[in-house]
Amino acid sequence: MVSDAVITIDRVWQVLDTISDPEIPVVSLVEMGIARAVQLDGDRVIVTITPTFAGCPAMHHMREQIVEQLRSIGLEQIEIRTSLNPPWTSEWLSDEVRSKLRQFGLAPPPRHNGQLEIALLEVVACPHCGSKDTRLDSAFGPTLCQSLHYCHACRQSFQRFKPL
Amino acid sequence: MNHAQRAALTARLFSLADDEFLLGHRDSEWTGHAPLLEEDIAFSNIAQDEMGHALMWYTILHEHFDQPTPDRLAFWRAPDQFRNAQLVELPRGDWAFTIVRQYLFDAYEQARNEWLQRCGYAPIEDAARKLAREEVYHLAHSRGWVLRLGDATAESHGRMQAALDLAWPHAPGLFEPPAGDEAFAAVLPEIQAAWRAAVEPVLTQATLTIPAAAQIGGGRLGAHTPHLTDLLADLQKVARLEAPEAVW
Repeated sequence: MVSDAVITIDRVWQVLDTISDPEIPVVSLVEMGIARAVQLDGDRVIVTITPTFAGCPAMHHMREQIVEQLRSIGLEQIEIRTSLNPPWTSEWLSDEVRSKLRQFGLAPPPRHNGQLEIALLEVVACPHCGSKDTRLDSAFGPTLCQSLHYCHACRQSFQRFKPL
Repeated sequence: MNHAQRAALTARLFSLADDEFLLGHRDSEWTGHAPLLEEDIAFSNIAQDEMGHALMWYTILHEHFDQPTPDRLAFWRAPDQFRNAQLVELPRGDWAFTIVRQYLFDAYEQARNEWLQRCGYAPIEDAARKLAREEVYHLAHSRGWVLRLGDATAESHGRMQAALDLAWPHAPGLFEPPAGDEAFAAVLPEIQAAWRAAVEPVLTQATLTIPAAAQIGGGRLGAHTPHLTDLLADLQKVARLEAPEAVW
């Protein structure tokens, strides 16, 4: 027997919060807003997730991680649903998460209030030295969610999590 | 939902999915070959985005319309079962053609998405809302290159004009209604007008001459060029080495 303890919704959320984003290991699926909802009915659990970008190749890996981690606390019937409503947006990232991204070396996305075209043109502060003397090299980077930038002050290239 | 409505939505979803899937494949043909490293990365990203969007549409077909899985739909259909516009099946061509085709398609997606987001069928509305923000990046990218290359050098201008001469006659095929989809058919002329109003000033600003329109179509009803057969032979080759039930 794995455990006699009753598994609560809070416990499921705690477990989800230990699973890190495969491409940004300093933040969890909960902090990223990828894990959206948990429904618990006895030993049956339904976790709803949403992709950051629709083509994100890490979705399979995240699903496997969720199943594996929830099994480890004794849940056996685990269903993962994908929802696109509401669509994921970088507006959901808290100040704390933005600060974690910066410490990881990834410039956080600007808040855009739906004005994405304008956000793309905003000056980006270098996550290494804080200088705003930077340029956008490409709106497309090593992953779907990152763009490429260069800092003239500390002469380092860096990436930014794209506003979405 | 009655039988006719289901058939219409099925036809609509196949047209949306197949466009994205095949354009994504054509874009991926630049991976490792693009003229600049940044563009190699950009087109690999755009290809992956378009594949992701195709996956959303195929998933709706699978979950709500009793169609096979997305993998089965992608790898085990014959050319005449595809409902894409012929524009997206044309060979990759040179860099200028890739940029021009992508721009015409991105502008079409934007005009079309506005309607899809309020088309009255929730799964399509949700997916259209999801891809709208990602498409902002695609359109900014392809429009930027059209403007830069159109009036840069004699060679770039010549290549862009040749690309437009080749792509433009195929563009009306994007606005061909899927079979039996009366709701979409009713708004497509309006969507096409919005698309023209968006792209013509940009092409003119890029010093390109807009060719006379031709009505090359039939893709939405299953008529395709031999290029689709070649494309699918390449794209489906590996999957078809194994039985359809194989798990990847």
